[in-house]
Amino acid sequence: MFGLNKKDSALLLAVAVLTMLAPFILNPFPTDSGLAQFNAGYPDLMQRFVIFGIFAIGFNILFGLTGYLSFGHAAFLGVGSYSAVWMFKLLSMNIIPAIILSVIIAGLFALVIGYVSLRRSGIYFSILTLAFAQMSFALAYSVLTPITNGETGLQLSLDDPRILDGASTTGSLPVTSLFGLEMREAVDMAVGPWSFTFSVGYYVCAVFMILAFYLAIRIFRSPFGMMLRAIKSNQQRVSYTGLNPRPYTLAAFVISGMYAGLAGGLLASMDPLAGAERMQWTASGEVVLMTILGGVGTLIGPVLGAGLIKYFENIFSKINDNVLHGWFSFLPDGIEDFIVTIIHPFVGKGWHLTLGIIFMLVVTFLPGGLVEGGQRIARMFRGKKKTGGADAAKTEAAE
Amino acid sequence: MDAIILQILNGLDKGSAYALIALGLTLIFGTLGVVNFAHGALFMIGAFCAVFVQRVLTLSVETVDPTKTDFLGNPLKVKTPYVENWFGHDFGSAIIDWSVPLSVLFCIPVMVLIGFVMERGLIKHFYKREHADQILVTFGLAIVLQEVIKAFYGANPIQTPAPEMLSGVATLAGGIVYPVWRIVYFCFAALIIGGVFAFLQFTTFGMVVRAGMADRETVGLLGINIDRRFTIMFGMAAAVAGLAGVMYGPINAPNYHMGMDFLVLSFVVVVVGGMGSLPGAVAAGFLLGILESFASTTWATTTIPGINQIIIYLVAIIILLTRPRGLLGKKGVME
Repeated sequence: MFGLNKKDSALLLAVAVLTMLAPFILNPFPTDSGLAQFNAGYPDLMQRFVIFGIFAIGFNILFGLTGYLSFGHAAFLGVGSYSAVWMFKLLSMNIIPAIILSVIIAGLFALVIGYVSLRRSGIYFSILTLAFAQMSFALAYSVLTPITNGETGLQLSLDDPRILDGASTTGSLPVTSLFGLEMREAVDMAVGPWSFTFSVGYYVCAVFMILAFYLAIRIFRSPFGMMLRAIKSNQQRVSYTGLNPRPYTLAAFVISGMYAGLAGGLLASMDPLAGAERMQWTASGEVVLMTILGGVGTLIGPVLGAGLIKYFENIFSKINDNVLHGWFSFLPDGIEDFIVTIIHPFVGKGWHLTLGIIFMLVVTFLPGGLVEGGQRIARMFRGKKKTGGADAAKTEAAE
Repeated sequence: MDAIILQILNGLDKGSAYALIALGLTLIFGTLGVVNFAHGALFMIGAFCAVFVQRVLTLSVETVDPTKTDFLGNPLKVKTPYVENWFGHDFGSAIIDWSVPLSVLFCIPVMVLIGFVMERGLIKHFYKREHADQILVTFGLAIVLQEVIKAFYGANPIQTPAPEMLSGVATLAGGIVYPVWRIVYFCFAALIIGGVFAFLQFTTFGMVVRAGMADRETVGLLGINIDRRFTIMFGMAAAVAGLAGVMYGPINAPNYHMGMDFLVLSFVVVVVGGMGSLPGAVAAGFLLGILESFASTTWATTTIPGINQIIIYLVAIIILLTRPRGLLGKKGVME
């Protein structure tokens, strides 16, 4: 299907089905049950899942395939957001031109930064990208205020020109749309005690993510992808074979920058404002965390990682002491309080701590991330079956 | 002329902090070959040592003073720190006043211990792995340390004032007015840097460590337990970062993410100075601190807007592209 082999088609199909059915899958608990706060099926969060999924897929094309660890990828996301919001301000509220512009601008940006940074490799490359990203952040925060609106962040306003549909702007701020279909439109569906929300914005993002995922599979399986892997495993040998690795790495860098731009554009399309903090290096660190947690160099890993971190950020951080007391109320008072005090630092506002610990454990024991973990578990089960069979055979033979 | 001297002085205190952190980073990198992203967190923990000592010293006992009343007419409750009860009022309050310099004494063993635990417990397992893995795991550790501190002390900055005697301003020769504590900080930094260099240069232990930095395997073959010495160096590097943090408290109130802010800049400093070169790290630290302060003058910011924000990164990019080894980098280190 679409030039993919059977396994990849199955993977793509699975991802497509899962993203399309996400409003159901992520809302497994009835709205009035105590577990309803674990429901992640509301549009805002689901959009973040897929948007950061795109971001991580793009990052993985660079880090997973070439092994170049960029610590400045958030800069491209930020640039994408800014250009999308400018498009909303100047041209029209339609998201298509905004996204196209954000991808192009982020690509150009990545071309310049990549051209310079890729002269060095290893830790120097990380520091260079970090330096560039911090520079963009500092500039966006201070000097470029006319373009970025500094600390407040770039927002829409009523007197923006909006050449194509400026006339229709009346009393309230216009909303982003896809040819008239408003992004924030949503349909609620109630089935018994469950309620599911289908939002236009989410499905637009989901379609973009499936396309991005498809493209990533094609890149992974293409000769170009093979070349990138060759560079990762031994760059010197690639040069000795008479091939110049630079254009390949630069292409990978630009592609992943464009993915980040797409993610930034989508973020701005869902909520038309852009702030400099999206470019800060902690944001770049976040995408590194996502990719590593999910599994570097695997296709599905980054998406899983992005989902996990965003889930943590939005759901885990909401567990406060009251909720904990509710859970452990079946225990005697003293033990209940004790357990709540122990768990308290790890949830709620302290969710970063849990994330940091999980991340360290993954890097130390499971370098392949969640995907490797899944594979290991699967192998364990399969292995058990086999040894079980062998044992049975042995005993039979003995008898 | 005065303006130039003033800018140099202004650059010195930040430069000292950069130099101290970069020195520790380079010590770790030069000995163990590990890129330590958690070094900023060590700096932050140092600063919170001062907060801890301050909190402990000001632990108070509450007594009711029947002779005085508060504005509602109730007997006044007076809080007296234990140290004042134990050592008398004058000496006790002097101890509290000098809590930041005193926490230096507390900080050294704590930081050395943290350094040992970190190296033996975590970093040890990453010698054979790629630099990217080392960066990632120490980055995770930095997040954890930062969050632990946040869980204990909250997200707001906590003031750790300098002793009253050292908190004013001094008028230097030429009529330059300059905060005393910054001069103290610079002298302190110079002392520590000098101490580290002297230790490496003039003691047998330092000689072995330098030999190990040059060729670890051969030193090991000579029957010297170089691993243990490197662990001690890690503890020392952690202590240097911690000391830089303790004394930085009065200049900038400690908060839980100060380490991350300094970390990025210190890495840039290390790269500019030359990976693995101790004098390079120190020189680049002071140089970039002073450059930054010159770039913050109104003259510079009006000529090139925003230059004060980006100067360090700009210098780093230019240096990395034109002189990949950094200012004083040696051949063959991390290429």
